[in-house]
Amino acid sequence: MQYLLLIYGNEKHYGTLSEAEQNKLMQEYGAYTKSIAESGNLRGGNELDITTRATTVRVRDGKRTVTDGPFAETKEQLGGYYLVEAKDLDEAIGLAARIPSVRWGSIEVRPIIPHDMPS
Amino acid sequence: MDFDPICREEAARVLATLIRLLGSFDLAEEATQDAFAAALECWPRQGVPSNPRAWLISTGRHKAIDALRRRARLEDKREDLLLLAAPQEQIAIEDDMVGDDRLRLIFTCCHPALMIEAQVALTLRTLCGLKTEQIARAFLVPVPTMAQRLVRAKQKIRDARIPYRVPPAEELGERLAAVMLVVYLVFNEGYNAASGEALIRGELCAEAIRLGRLICELLPRESEARGLLALMLLQDSRRSARTSATGEIILLEEQDRALWNQAQIREGLALVESALRGGSGPYSVQAAIAAVHARAARAEETDWPQILALYDVLLGMQPSPVIELNRAVAVAMVQGPLEGLRVLGEIEARGELRGNHLLPAARGDFSRRLQRWEEAAEAYRAALALAGNDAERRFLARRLAEAESHVSS
Repeated sequence: MQYLLLIYGNEKHYGTLSEAEQNKLMQEYGAYTKSIAESGNLRGGNELDITTRATTVRVRDGKRTVTDGPFAETKEQLGGYYLVEAKDLDEAIGLAARIPSVRWGSIEVRPIIPHDMPS
Repeated sequence: MDFDPICREEAARVLATLIRLLGSFDLAEEATQDAFAAALECWPRQGVPSNPRAWLISTGRHKAIDALRRRARLEDKREDLLLLAAPQEQIAIEDDMVGDDRLRLIFTCCHPALMIEAQVALTLRTLCGLKTEQIARAFLVPVPTMAQRLVRAKQKIRDARIPYRVPPAEELGERLAAVMLVVYLVFNEGYNAASGEALIRGELCAEAIRLGRLICELLPRESEARGLLALMLLQDSRRSARTSATGEIILLEEQDRALWNQAQIREGLALVESALRGGSGPYSVQAAIAAVHARAARAEETDWPQILALYDVLLGMQPSPVIELNRAVAVAMVQGPLEGLRVLGEIEARGELRGNHLLPAARGDFSRRLQRWEEAAEAYRAALALAGNDAERRFLARRLAEAESHVSS
């Protein structure tokens, strides 16, 4: 079964990290991604650009509004995701607990409802 | 169907195994009900089978499969068809396997991915066999809300695929702590009703103790489980002495100790020793404190210095303002109420326990013992403003009246 692991981090906190600390974090992410690929759990994943580069689109009553920024101002911001295959929630939780940002951020584990998609 | 405790316990065993065999809480609940209904119908005529549990499990499983076949014919349900495709051979039901199933059930009900209220409700429903209405009444929640809570929990287990298993060794300690918390929450709800008329809900205490026994039976090497059971037994032993006939609170020092349940105390004391031999944890230490009270034939014989020492140990394991407050009571007994007030002052200065009535209530008691009646009255007034339980409010009101009468005289 597939789960989406949504990585919520604190952009403000990240901004206080030194270059050395940021590089170390990147290395940790690289190692994590490699390990879950090797274990056969990885199905996808990406880092997202920060929320100041986000744009939110809505259409209400046929009227389109486009605004600068994320859909809502939140204390923690979505910074990336992994799509993983896991046999049950405990395995997915185990994968989430090893994501580097988990030490100061939050990882939301969402079950995927499969739909037939055109490839 | 209204089951007595033994019957409910048997139903829980059957349910636990059927959940594993059928892979679904809902299917298994239906199957269990059907199996018991079939037993009530067949056994009086054909006699009780040599292995009643195996009969119930096998019957439940067959009825579930029959129901799925009927539904599969009406709707095209893929998962159901997969279940039907599984081999239909006789499944050996051994006792140790069933024991594992009840452990699987407890750990699944108390999975941290479920909200704590749902963990409690699901545990009471599946392991204790309480009806939704009973659980709703116990927690002062409308029945539809409780029903919805149970439905959502089972949906989450199914849709997020919470596994039906005993956690692996490296997770067991943490997960067991969650289970014990649920059990203790149930006990506390029965022992100290948060609000409403009754101070004590004996039925919840009995269910919590039953669950505590089950955990000890299934995980005999976990000494904290014995500590938790000891704590519940020792607290429950005082139940008859805690409230008067009219529902008034009777403090520990004023209780008629002849009403304490000696059988529970004997069992509790033995369990405390066993638990502490295995290594101490917060429940075991709290049980040890309860044991000190239980050993005193009269309030005056209480070994308060030992209680104080145990609170120091407990605080080292589990720093908490509530435990500090309880320790302050022990301080007052050992070093005098003036010292107790000083300790309370330290807790207050940190701003903790602000909305909690127990803090001003303790202040009131210490002031009262020092005959500082104005301070006592002020403290009891503050406590009354915060207390939620009817019996507690009446008690505080009596203390306030006593203090006020001294002030005006």
